[in-house]
Amino acid sequence: MSEPLDAFTAVFHRPSGITHLLVSPAHEILAAMGEDALTVAALHARLAASFDLDAEPGALAARLDELVEAGLVEIL
Amino acid sequence: MRHALSLRIGPFGFRIGSDWRAPIETLADLYADYPRPELPDYTVRLEALRPWRRWIRPAMAVSGDYMLPDAAPLPLAQALLAAEMGMNLQLALGARRFLLLHASAVERDGRALLMSGESGAGKSTLATLLAARGWRFMGDEFALIEPETGLAWPLPRLISLKNDGVSAAARVWPGARFGPLLHDTPKGTIRHLVPDATAIAAMDEPVQPAVLLFPRFGAAAAVRAVPPGEAFVRLTQASTNYVALGEAGFAALTALIRGVPAYAVDYPDGETAIAQVEALWPEP
Repeated sequence: MSEPLDAFTAVFHRPSGITHLLVSPAHEILAAMGEDALTVAALHARLAASFDLDAEPGALAARLDELVEAGLVEIL
Repeated sequence: MRHALSLRIGPFGFRIGSDWRAPIETLADLYADYPRPELPDYTVRLEALRPWRRWIRPAMAVSGDYMLPDAAPLPLAQALLAAEMGMNLQLALGARRFLLLHASAVERDGRALLMSGESGAGKSTLATLLAARGWRFMGDEFALIEPETGLAWPLPRLISLKNDGVSAAARVWPGARFGPLLHDTPKGTIRHLVPDATAIAAMDEPVQPAVLLFPRFGAAAAVRAVPPGEAFVRLTQASTNYVALGEAGFAALTALIRGVPAYAVDYPDGETAIAQVEALWPEP
């Protein structure tokens, strides 16, 4: 569940019951992933379809590492 | 328990038991106009620390269905405070039907003004001052938000006034009924005020919240709109059961924040605060 709140998006993570406050682009990344398992390259391509991306895939990988640390993304 | 009293306050029934007669008599007197519950939801016990402490330097431990392991005992003279703290504790740890926000609440035009803040922010005093001007007092400790409807339910307990709030309330509400003056409590001087008959009569009438305030006493007058992200974080911290409610708590809190404007209000005195509230209150 998520709720946009001005600069933040509040996300309730059902499996853990933890509430996260996210800023861009974390919420956009999660929304693009949905429930799918993706490689970084595939996710970058999916995001590039909706957003004007100028960042290297390396920047996306760093954001993904943060989301993994927060427990919102799982490495398979 | 040797002595006991059952009473209903808003949606909750309490049974308060005590090793001593006097605290129950005081509670029965102050809560004389409240209904009796069919079945109490929560039990609060005021028990002697040791059997002989019923008589010698009498001191009580507050216990109940839900307990904190390291709660400090209170002297018998502060039994009323102990009972109120015991009721707070049962709700804070046990209530699941509502999202509990540490806030006072008053009603006008069929809508609620919620005032959330730390102890000392003036929640109780502001609610009392507004009630003296015709607002309906709904509660000074917890705002009860029903997740399914978003309604704020009343919990018009005794109003717990502290320090300067005691004299401020006495000035604006000359006919009010007060409990005993409690000196040297962990929160300073405390005196409990019996809510007026309107508040008690309407204890089963919930209303939609209309404005959310974060008052702060003691600063120069200032009003600032609080953005939704900040209001969300403040209210998760002000809720005693947000985490326990899980998804229902998230949904209730985000719906509340989506639906009502929030303001941080600094005020140097009660008169200023009243004027600030009146200016912010949306006319029907």
